[in-house]
Amino acid sequence: MMPNKFLRRNLTLPIRVRHLYKFRLPAIFAIVIGCVLFLVGDPSDQNVVSVYSPVANYSLPITPRDGRDYVGLLETLEPFGTISSRVDGQNWRLRFNGVEGIFPNGASLVRVHGRDTTLPARFLMENGRGLVPVDSLGNLLQAFLGVPVVFHATARRLFIHENGTTYTAQLAGGTPAKLVLNFSSPVNPKIATEPGKLRMTFNRDPVVASGPPSVTFNAAPISSAIFAESNGAAEITISGSAPLLASFGNDGRTITIAPAPSSASPAQTITASSPATPQASPAPVAAPPNSTTPMPSPQAPAPVPVFAVIDASHGGTETGATFSSTLLEKDVNLALARQLRQEFQSKGFSTMLLRDGDVLLSTDQRAINTNAARPALYINIHAASDGKGTRVYTAMLSSAVPDNGLFVAWDNAQAKSLTSSQAVAASIAAELGKSVPTRNAVAALRPLGNILAPAIAIEIAPRNGDVADLTAGDYQQQVASAIVVGIAAVRDKLEAAR
Amino acid sequence: MIPRHLQIAMVVLFVLVLILGFYVRRIRGKVRETVRAADNRPVAPPAAGPSEQATLYVAYDDPGVIHAESARIALPSGRQERAQELVQALLSRYLDKNSPHLLPAQADLRDVYMVDPGLVVIDLNSAFADGHRSGILVEELTIASLAQTLAANLPGINRVKFLVDGKQRDTLAGHADLSSYYDTAAIANLTQQLQQSP
Repeated sequence: MMPNKFLRRNLTLPIRVRHLYKFRLPAIFAIVIGCVLFLVGDPSDQNVVSVYSPVANYSLPITPRDGRDYVGLLETLEPFGTISSRVDGQNWRLRFNGVEGIFPNGASLVRVHGRDTTLPARFLMENGRGLVPVDSLGNLLQAFLGVPVVFHATARRLFIHENGTTYTAQLAGGTPAKLVLNFSSPVNPKIATEPGKLRMTFNRDPVVASGPPSVTFNAAPISSAIFAESNGAAEITISGSAPLLASFGNDGRTITIAPAPSSASPAQTITASSPATPQASPAPVAAPPNSTTPMPSPQAPAPVPVFAVIDASHGGTETGATFSSTLLEKDVNLALARQLRQEFQSKGFSTMLLRDGDVLLSTDQRAINTNAARPALYINIHAASDGKGTRVYTAMLSSAVPDNGLFVAWDNAQAKSLTSSQAVAASIAAELGKSVPTRNAVAALRPLGNILAPAIAIEIAPRNGDVADLTAGDYQQQVASAIVVGIAAVRDKLEAAR
Repeated sequence: MIPRHLQIAMVVLFVLVLILGFYVRRIRGKVRETVRAADNRPVAPPAAGPSEQATLYVAYDDPGVIHAESARIALPSGRQERAQELVQALLSRYLDKNSPHLLPAQADLRDVYMVDPGLVVIDLNSAFADGHRSGILVEELTIASLAQTLAANLPGINRVKFLVDGKQRDTLAGHADLSSYYDTAAIANLTQQLQQSP
């Protein structure tokens, strides 16, 4: 109780000073609470206004003043042309592509291009910066730019000469049913999952609903798709009765939502090589590409996990390298992956082929499926026409992405297994090097960095410079055999690490 | 007998004709140079600055290695301009008919941005990426060559980001990841590996 003692000893202090001491403790407490809130506050929670236009899509922070939302006018117009501002006494003058605006500080009547415009609240000038009410952006930008501007005021989304990206939602047949969202232009949403829900947040894409915002389906695994927009972003929430996964296709124009693969209902793109080996029930992991992915739950059942996941890169419309008019990398990769599966089986290893046909899988989807299967090793297969022999790669990781508690940074998921990956790569390179020129290096190649298990990539090139050699049965068999021998040499370490 | 003043005038005129002849010849030479410059292949722009010793990390497709090579390049004083000159010097090398690492004919650098602290953004044109050969090694050679050349010659760079036509792109030509930042420490490690012959 120091403050009270202090006050008793200093009764001669002026009343104003005593008054300050009386409030000192609450004031310090409030400052501490404020600092804590500031430190733990998530910057992504900041209110923003998003601008969509053919020139650029961007977000600007909201500045609250007098209980209203304000935004800097110069920053909003900057991407569209030549702009300058100056303070002229009590007026803030803005010149944009020859159009002049005069904004008197503290007034709501402003002049743009010789015409008076009334703002819904007064204009503010702070340190030479001009702040206008967010509600006025539609009118002001139309006056400066001379193009149609549509402002979704409640969601703070501004469409400048931009019709927006529309989408259709269709339930595809099959068992289980899939929801296919087709967008009018490529999109790149953040994806997050929670039990029974998958949320896609579009921060930079001008996604708008062309039909009713809520659509319900009479299909067991997927029940509804709801569109909503707020705080400068659009969100589509898919509800279902099972964990859902999203995969991208058609250059980002199509998103397919499907129940996460399980032993009871395997996805068509995932096939187990050995029917005798039941697949591990994958944890409901749907990792957002730009964020963190949860580690597989320690409680998740994993009866007999596969030893190796073999991933024939590319597929579908993504062909990889074109070696000739009839020879594509995706086909060479698949042939080698199948050969490798056969070699593994002959040595008693259980394997899983991520794709056993000409289908398109995103690199994120490959990583999600692999992490869910919890293999001892992930092998990514590639082919190339440049150089000779084979190359064995491990992930080139960035040191800038830290984990967040239990959550592993998506781009750095490989970090803890990198030493094991390098050991496997060295063993395979040593074995391959006995018969073909082989090198061992790091590579910034997705999805190597997103795999939790030891992960390597193998790139096969012709022995003699002739691309036809890539399809030679003896060459593929020779490479596959050497890979399996190299892996077998470190099998115990891999199993122990798992 | 021709008057003396006419003789002097003729001599002066003759000298003037000679001077004009030389001038016209020189102008024609310059026009020819301009026509040659209209060649579609990008060439390094003239740099304002003294010629300096720089280390270029040059990719060689055969046998898939990178060699550090010294070169004298006119480098301006500004860091951004220096970065542009260094990348242009590499591109000129790769677009030459005796290129050790073939790039598409229209490949070019749009711009280089130095973003403090320590980030350099290399903005390539779409022809560079669209026409680039596809493969892990061949794409890595390009990335490592550009990034290591900048990191070695411009102290203080610790991250490199590649854009294509001012936009982020997933991969260079289907393999090398362009969606993330490259740590220069990781690039140095990769370059070291690529300097060793297979």
